Amino acid sequence: MKPAPFRYCAPETVDEALELLATGDPEDEVKLLAGGQSLVPAMNFRLARPGLLIDLNRIAELASIATRDDAEGSILRLGAMVRQSAAEHSPDVARLAPLMGEALPSVAHTQIRNRGTVGGSLAHADPAAELPAVMLALDARMHLRSVRGERAVDAGDFFLGLFETALEPDEMLTAIEIDAASAVEGSCFEEVSRRRGDYALAGAAARVRLDADGTCRFARLTFLSVADLPVRALEAEQMLLGERPHDELLRAVAEHAARREIDPGSDIHASSAFRRHLAAGLARRTLATAVSRATAAHGATDHGGASS
Amino acid sequence: MLSDFLRHELGLTGTHVGCEHGVCGACTLLLDGDAVRSCLLFAVQCSGCDVRTVESLAGQRAGEGAATEDPLHPLQEAFREEHALQCGFCTPGFLMSLVPFLERHPDPSDEEIREALSGNLCRCTGYQNLVAAVRSAARRLRAEPGEPDAAS
Ligand SMILES: Cc1cc2nc3c(=O)[nH]c(=O)nc-3n(C[C@H](O)[C@H](O)[C@H](O)COP(=O)(O)OP(=O)(O)OC[C@H]3O[C@@H](n4cnc5c(N)ncnc54)[C@H](O)[C@@H]3O)c2cc1C
Ligand code: FES
Ligand code: FES
Repeated sequence: MKPAPFRYCAPETVDEALELLATGDPEDEVKLLAGGQSLVPAMNFRLARPGLLIDLNRIAELASIATRDDAEGSILRLGAMVRQSAAEHSPDVARLAPLMGEALPSVAHTQIRNRGTVGGSLAHADPAAELPAVMLALDARMHLRSVRGERAVDAGDFFLGLFETALEPDEMLTAIEIDAASAVEGSCFEEVSRRRGDYALAGAAARVRLDADGTCRFARLTFLSVADLPVRALEAEQMLLGERPHDELLRAVAEHAARREIDPGSDIHASSAFRRHLAAGLARRTLATAVSRATAAHGATDHGGASS
Repeated sequence: MLSDFLRHELGLTGTHVGCEHGVCGACTLLLDGDAVRSCLLFAVQCSGCDVRTVESLAGQRAGEGAATEDPLHPLQEAFREEHALQCGFCTPGFLMSLVPFLERHPDPSDEEIREALSGNLCRCTGYQNLVAAVRSAARRLRAEPGEPDAAS
């Protein structure tokens, strides 16, 4: 099908776009157009009928990947319009947010990632999408702007429900900031999908930091496709802190997360019970890989002075 | 849609349209060198961009006067020889996805080839012959002495 008629504008600055967004009247829905890889299919199906489209693709200031250092370490800043494929191939992303780099190839296909943006995926907030769960695991900060001003929202407060975020109607997501992964951290992303590039039936992201003696000092475990929004398994993370992770503990942690901390639905793709089963396996595997990567990272920093 | 603009306004019907929601890949073309879905782009968005469709492949490499002798792109030759198409509906989308893939992966593994094919659907071939064609096209392209007419 084809989209219903709409008006179109392509501003070149964020300020212009925000002005246009602010003047939208309720009769005439105004939508920001990023990569269009979710919005345009919805328009073609006439599930979405915006009266005005504000195309963000000509706004250069939204499309850059930058890094900066502060007292705490490096910070990775991704403009909202950074293409998913640009992030996938960015050395800065690989170095500072390897978890994101590992997850990106699982987002749809190359042809979709060439157009789809990081910000569009987050603003769309599909619970089956990879990037929201990854941002939750990375403690990312969402930078939102409107003509009223600017604010930063933690990923944990940004995702509110099915396709629902903290974005107000007049607000735009302009950038995402992520603190660099610690040198002694291990992370891992894995998902299960029916076919390559399909939305996942379930997926998990894990991050672990260990002391020199192997004691866990920091843990993150998040899931996609197991509830109406990406889920962080706070109790499971707590179970790891202060412990020296071993197979049995990881199994117990993963089982706990899958039984108590997620709420998967049943649909044509998978039953709720099957999703729980997948989530338990994925949690155990991603945590185990994150732990072994963290252990290896320790080895590298302890003995590998030459590489620093 | 860009796909409709190409087909209906410009008469370039090589770009096929299947699903119009980004899934099947039939409408894939190159926008500033990257493979994208033309059914998810508005033509107006592409003003000032370099758009390459399947029509741009054949004859491109042939030298003066040789155009009729050897009109097909090595990838198209490989598709023909390996029977990588039957009805051909999916073919333009596969070709336009594979052109940038082979530029970036001149010697791809089978795993990489399958990954590269995964964004397009074919209901006829069963994909086996597509894999063989990409392997063969990669060999042909590697054997070519450089890029005589590398478009910038
Ligand atoms: C065949 C196919 C398969 C896919 N498979 C996957 C998959 O496996 N995993 C996955 O995660 N995704 C998948 N996607 C979706 C894809 O990743 C989209 O790119 C993404 O969901 C939306 O990003 P976009 O840039 O295309 O945004 P758009 O489609 O342009 O916009 C999406 C929504 O976000 C809003 N928006 C966009 N940018 C902003 C902003 N800066 N501020 C505020 N609001 C904004 C828009 O108004 C719109 O409501 C798939 C898409 C297709 C077509
Ligand atoms: S017609 Fe564009 S992907 Fe199917
Ligand atoms: S050859 Fe018929 S769909 Fe691929």
